[in-house]
Amino acid sequence: MNRMTRDQMAARVARDIPEGAYVNLGIGLPTKVADYLPADREIFLQSENGLLGMGPAPALGEEDWELINAGKQAVTLLTGGCYFHHADSFAMMRGGHLDICVLGAFQVSVAGDLANWHTGEPGAIPAVGGAMDLAIGAKQTFVMMDLLTKQGESKLVETCTYPLTGLGCVSRVYTDLAVFDVGPGGAGVIEMVEGLGFGELQRLVGVPLARSTPAVAA
Amino acid sequence: MIDKVVTDVEAAIADICDGASVMIGGFGTAGMPVELIDALIARAAGDLTIINNNAGNGEQGLAALIREGRVRKVICSFPRQSDSHHFDAAYRAGQIELELVPQGNLAARIQAAGAGLGAIYTPTGYGTLLAEGKETREINGEQHVLEYPIHADFALIKAHKGDRWGNLVYRKTARNFGPIMAMAAKTTIVQVGEIVPLGGLDPESVVTPGIFVQRVVRVAAALSVAHAA
Repeated sequence: MNRMTRDQMAARVARDIPEGAYVNLGIGLPTKVADYLPADREIFLQSENGLLGMGPAPALGEEDWELINAGKQAVTLLTGGCYFHHADSFAMMRGGHLDICVLGAFQVSVAGDLANWHTGEPGAIPAVGGAMDLAIGAKQTFVMMDLLTKQGESKLVETCTYPLTGLGCVSRVYTDLAVFDVGPGGAGVIEMVEGLGFGELQRLVGVPLARSTPAVAA
Repeated sequence: MIDKVVTDVEAAIADICDGASVMIGGFGTAGMPVELIDALIARAAGDLTIINNNAGNGEQGLAALIREGRVRKVICSFPRQSDSHHFDAAYRAGQIELELVPQGNLAARIQAAGAGLGAIYTPTGYGTLLAEGKETREINGEQHVLEYPIHADFALIKAHKGDRWGNLVYRKTARNFGPIMAMAAKTTIVQVGEIVPLGGLDPESVVTPGIFVQRVVRVAAALSVAHAA
């Protein structure tokens, strides 16, 4: 079966981020989306630790460890960017000022519930960071994840079995096999990788899917 | 003459006693007041409640305080990291209590304390494990969780420059929790890279007004440059 690579997934998400958008990219795979934002589009990247207008990683040896991103990696500030304290940063996130937030996930439900902070395993030390604020605060929350676990189980589910991060907060799910809209009306398929049929996708996912009209990238 | 500048880090933290609650600024190591924490370790105060975003990185600062067994409880959002081994060990051994708070709620609760609010209603965490047992309320059609302010006896923070009245500016993302912790603690102790004369900070650009600061101590910038996480 055809599968999108991580870079192809990142490029696919980047296509849907329009000029002028205020965007937070979560730790891990979503960070890669920044590499595929077209240079001719002005997009504002926000980092939860207190910067807006985040630029790429500095050259080796040029790191300033007081200029980092949420993953604690050294970054740069674009000309015109700015710094602020944590309460202001989370006001941007929780207050609905960000247009798009892109997060990784363990599971997403067809109604848009998100589980991405805790496996719930006994003995695991829980850590939540900004995940719950990000999930519910942005105008649109996108998820990027592999559609299936290593055991072949769908991560798009009827009801999340992992502990929840937020209820009904995800609007779109980008996976290596298909792109879905999720929400109160259930899950709809926007795109599938070449060679994958709707019936086969339906069999893999196991929850009812609708066929959506393909969304036009902004 | 009002002069909040103290001579050294030892004098700055000399009244932090056993059982104190202490906010410590920093996101990872950016903005962590390492020299103030080192002085606190040397003072041997224990049974502390620490409020920080994390629970220590590597061997320095908060990680060292935990390693030395001085911390009874940590209130934070993200304890588990690749280099949080001292917290992990203490937690698994049942030697340290953890109150896990979503990061934005942590910031809002600290800010609420500084602003004199009795509580806040926040949508963050509604319907999750971290809101279990908490009062909720529907406001404008959206569900919210009641969360209480986080106060502290002391705040230890790091700023870029300060003056003798306690006005502060910060440097880049080292600002993070500094301004809100300064507001929330009874006694705020700041290590700065440089002390400037009154008027040396542009009044339009002061980030923390001196009313929120009780003590300022200079720590040479060369010593306090944050290291890679």
